[in-house]
Amino acid sequence: MTKKIWHILILSVVFLLIALPFSKTFAVLPDEILSDATLEARARNLSQEIRCLVCQNETIDDSNASLARDLRILIRERLKRGDTDDQVRQFIVSRYGEFVLLKPPLSKNTVLLWASPMAVFIVALIILFACWHYRSSAKPQPLDAKERRDLERILERID
Amino acid sequence: MLVELGHFSLILALAVHLLQSVLPVYGCFVGDRRIMKSSVPIAYLGFLLIAFPFFVLIYCYVISDFSVANVVQNSFSEKPLLFKITGVWGNHEGSMLLWVVILSFFSALVGLFGKALALRLKTLVLSCQSLIASAFLLFILLTSNPFLRQNPPALQGRDLNPILQDIGLAIHPPLLYLGYVGFSVCFSFAIAALIDGHIDAVWGRWVRPWALISWFFLTGGIVMGSYWAYYELGWGGYWFWDPVENASLLPWLAGTALLHSAIVMEKRGALKIWTLFLAISTFSLSLMGTFLVRSGILSSVHSFATDPRRGLAILAILIFFIGAALLLFAFRASALKTGGLFRPISREGALVFNNLFLTCALSTVLIGTLYPLLLETLTGDKISVGAPFYNLAFVPLMVPVLFFMPFGPLLAWKRGDIGAVCRRLAIAFIIFVVAIVFTLVKTSFRDVLSALGIGLSWFIIAGAVTDLIAKTGQRSTSFFVRLRRFFGLPGAVFGTALAHIGIGLTLLGIITVSTFSQEQILILKNGDSTSIAGRTLQLKGARLFNGPNYNEKQFDFSVSENGQPVAFMTAAKRFYPAQQMPTTEAGILSDGFSQIYIAPGSETDNGLTVHIWWKPRVIFIWFGGIVMMLGGLCSLCDRRFRIGAPQRKRKLT
Repeated sequence: MTKKIWHILILSVVFLLIALPFSKTFAVLPDEILSDATLEARARNLSQEIRCLVCQNETIDDSNASLARDLRILIRERLKRGDTDDQVRQFIVSRYGEFVLLKPPLSKNTVLLWASPMAVFIVALIILFACWHYRSSAKPQPLDAKERRDLERILERID
Repeated sequence: MLVELGHFSLILALAVHLLQSVLPVYGCFVGDRRIMKSSVPIAYLGFLLIAFPFFVLIYCYVISDFSVANVVQNSFSEKPLLFKITGVWGNHEGSMLLWVVILSFFSALVGLFGKALALRLKTLVLSCQSLIASAFLLFILLTSNPFLRQNPPALQGRDLNPILQDIGLAIHPPLLYLGYVGFSVCFSFAIAALIDGHIDAVWGRWVRPWALISWFFLTGGIVMGSYWAYYELGWGGYWFWDPVENASLLPWLAGTALLHSAIVMEKRGALKIWTLFLAISTFSLSLMGTFLVRSGILSSVHSFATDPRRGLAILAILIFFIGAALLLFAFRASALKTGGLFRPISREGALVFNNLFLTCALSTVLIGTLYPLLLETLTGDKISVGAPFYNLAFVPLMVPVLFFMPFGPLLAWKRGDIGAVCRRLAIAFIIFVVAIVFTLVKTSFRDVLSALGIGLSWFIIAGAVTDLIAKTGQRSTSFFVRLRRFFGLPGAVFGTALAHIGIGLTLLGIITVSTFSQEQILILKNGDSTSIAGRTLQLKGARLFNGPNYNEKQFDFSVSENGQPVAFMTAAKRFYPAQQMPTTEAGILSDGFSQIYIAPGSETDNGLTVHIWWKPRVIFIWFGGIVMMLGGLCSLCDRRFRIGAPQRKRKLT
């Protein structure tokens, strides 16, 4: 059990470090905010990853829609009950489907998506090296007879 | 009558552009110079015939001619004049018309400024431009004609989406379109070079100014759009990784890569094929952006005036142009001679590095944008790809580009010395470390990534300044000589430095806001006050106000520092009766480069819900963009573009 807690702790620290949030903006209402600051921070991180279903393309954190508000309250209730972030996520996915997750979880559907940045980079590197190799192995064309005569004439003049 | 004239002129324009896309090409193949020369006047005519209907449409909006269906659907007689005019391109039909107006305008400019351009190349470029124009004109006339009448005429219009009734709409779409469509010139140059079968420094020198102009406008469009979203949408975000935003970012990334590779091509004659490919891709991505936005295939905060039926038509145009261009590229690119050898550590090498990472970052955004669409089509499963994905996938690919940005301009062509460059950047490195340590101390060692980011921004800025200083002389050069040389530096050098400084400033803004912003969500009664970032905000009261086509409730706040009142702020909740739509007008107070942002929420018996943000250095995000644009302008004013490109050697017959 303690091992699992450590696991989650390390994971969440890593996550916090990596997912540098680029816009900290909230449509959260005052009455929703939890008194426990750490729980509230987790709730906000979670709600920034979940898409509002009735708006076009907003997170439930940004959205003013009532459904988004319900979801925000739901997340906070689950967290208060002691759920982990993953459990909360799973609960929401089980009700609304994977569509709500703005960060799609790794599955057979999304493996290509998550692999793509690395794959593209590797392919680009291979192409680059291939081009480089091709270019550096290409020998300069030897001078033809006229060019050689011209060169000799110029060299003679210099001498 | 005028409306019918406009309609007729549009049909005539289609005929002229169709002619233009066939006749001069025929002239090229039979070698008839008279036919080839006709392409320039036809380009002027093509522009006039499209500009006229555009002005007719503007006139219809200004006089609120409610017998025209398009005006009825998007205008309102009580709307302020400015928004009547901007409403012309606030809808699908009008914006497509603006698209072709700009396209034919650029064609006319090529004709006007292309006097020194080889006739064959110019003719092929203009024909290719006209082919694109014809496709879009056909699309407008068949599926989205803005000149259709409605009988009986309506008494009142349905008004424009209130979010669009803003000065932002006057500036944002035209700038964006100028950028999107400007790249069509680069595309046409690439196609012409492929058909022509050779490409040289002259080509590079002609393409670069067009790429610069387009990049300048596209940067402006994105910056403007971002600031508009920030103050209008009322939740203080400036970039949402929304598909439509991505659609404008993609050509920007490709265009940035193109600008850099075109330098190598122009100066060193290397990377020719790659530059051609980028020129084709950039415009292809612009076309794709147009398709994504106009078809409404992706749901987004920007979805307005979309119609899925039209999507198919744009998709067909898209596939035709991209497919044909890539086919041509595949068959003809190998015929182009490459040249200009260089070592990996050199200016060329640095620019290749830049292109490698920019292309990968671009692919990531492209895949992230299209993946959900493809997955849904293939398997029916719906997924979302949002900000968390891009933060994980896009940001790491951009970091190397950003970090090595100061190195590029300091490296020599062909063969560079990385050690010497590092020594030159010594002061920049010191600034880098100091900024990191300073931020770490300020955040009490909590936010390592932000500290690194802020250090990186200062490193980029210091590196760009170092480059400017380094270009004025050696260590022993006296100050006055340096000063004189500084003012004599070519525009392109200032352009590079300013554009890089702009990137640094934008990055600094983004990271400072995400690290140090403060936020409060609370309920305020009249007279209640709260403090944020050392300032006290007090809700003074509310009053009703009637605008021309809306009514609103304004909330007044006073801002005081150390007990002294310093400013007033007004935020409002607005309601547009014609569209039955409420909007939030955020109250924004700038203090230097930082801002206080107030978004009023719902009113309850306990008082008014307000969101208050302190956004430190937030203006840097857009100011950086403007500095980048300035850089583009400086580069464009470079002497070598004014003096005129060297003419191709005449062939002796």
